Amino acid sequence: MKLSISEKFRDPDLVRSLVEELQSWEKPVKLMEVCGSHTMAIGHWGLRKLLPSSITLLSGPGCPVCVTPYSVIDSIMNLKDVTIATFGDLIRVPGRNGSLEQSRARGLDVRIVYSPFDALEMAKKKETVFIGIGFETTSPGVAYTIKQAAEKKIKNFSVLPAFKIIPPALEALADDKDVSIDAFILPGHVSAILGSEPYRVLSEKYRTGGVVTGFEPLDILNGIRMLLRQIQEKDPRIEIEYKWVVHKDGNPQAKAILDEIFTVEDSLWRGIGKINRSGLTIRDEFSDYNALKKYNLTLPEKDDFDKGCRCGDVLKGKIIPKECPLFKVKCTPENPIGACMVSSEGSCAAYYKYEE
Amino acid sequence: MCLAIPGKIIKKDKDEKGIVDFGGVEKEIILTFVPEAEIGDWVLIHTGFGIQIISEDEAEETIRILNEAFDQ
Ligand code: SF4
Repeated sequence: MKLSISEKFRDPDLVRSLVEELQSWEKPVKLMEVCGSHTMAIGHWGLRKLLPSSITLLSGPGCPVCVTPYSVIDSIMNLKDVTIATFGDLIRVPGRNGSLEQSRARGLDVRIVYSPFDALEMAKKKETVFIGIGFETTSPGVAYTIKQAAEKKIKNFSVLPAFKIIPPALEALADDKDVSIDAFILPGHVSAILGSEPYRVLSEKYRTGGVVTGFEPLDILNGIRMLLRQIQEKDPRIEIEYKWVVHKDGNPQAKAILDEIFTVEDSLWRGIGKINRSGLTIRDEFSDYNALKKYNLTLPEKDDFDKGCRCGDVLKGKIIPKECPLFKVKCTPENPIGACMVSSEGSCAAYYKYEE
Repeated sequence: MCLAIPGKIIKKDKDEKGIVDFGGVEKEIILTFVPEAEIGDWVLIHTGFGIQIISEDEAEETIRILNEAFDQ
């Protein structure tokens, strides 16, 4: 049988050779894997243990559920007589008044959807609000769904826009004096849409390099190897390891629809704070589909509810989950205090599952 | 959440949709972002949308370069 592409990227001999080479690295470096799916893959394949102690992998802010402010959950809960449609992980994130899952048990009509398009289908039966969280991987599909709703004149559908964009968050991290990241393992699927150009500011302005990396073991090890080479050559740059999916220019169709439906705004990242021009909201031309306008909701400028959770420091790579005093003690996947423990790709959940 | 899963296009219709086979499970997928994808192509699927065509040639090339680097 022909090996699938994924299987080829798990070839044990090549994995061994790459690990051997990485093992000889001496200079201490901190690499941040930005994307939650990378954190999961690194945990799943046990890659952290294969690396020498000189290479530290830090998990970054690339888990959409983890960076969605509590206020999004708090405000959507107040909507009565509508169907609230959301991606799965978000329903377990605690807000000030508990999670959407708990509200559902008390009668709120909350449904998990696989695709924003499913939410549009639901709107045929009942007024539906879709919680628009996610990065550039996810937002084009939501943009397309809004456009379809407008074209088909489906009125009882709206989206609560809480989308984030990745490059400005990385720029904020590269600029943060308290965070010392030597290079970024850049997200594969965000970059399938964006391409590699938007990251150039990282290497050009902050001299922090990055490699857009895939999710199989060989991808990740090869991505790390490419980053180490940049560090050794003292030549930070933006490269693509995940060439079988990511092109320099990304996906033009998806980028075009993002531009058509959304506009960039400042955005609040849970635990991190406000980052300039790091979020997407719905353009005025499509404001009939903006749940914030339709239901007159406002999201606060600040998000100060944290119950001692240190997700923010985890997402910035300042601490690893084990260093949070609540980790495993009070905060577990069954009983999460912070969002980083809720989402399966949250750093705390991944550490809980794989690294202990 | 940015997880994307590869699937093979087995049917394409004119209104930007198609049927994609995920190792035996077939699903209707919106292919508007990958207009050049054809039947038989592998695409990455995220939340019901094809987001990029997978290039088997590029994958082979990466593996070939690695094999060469490690003399395997
Ligand atoms: S372990 Fe729990 S409380 Fe601590 S940072 Fe992670 S999610 Fe927050």
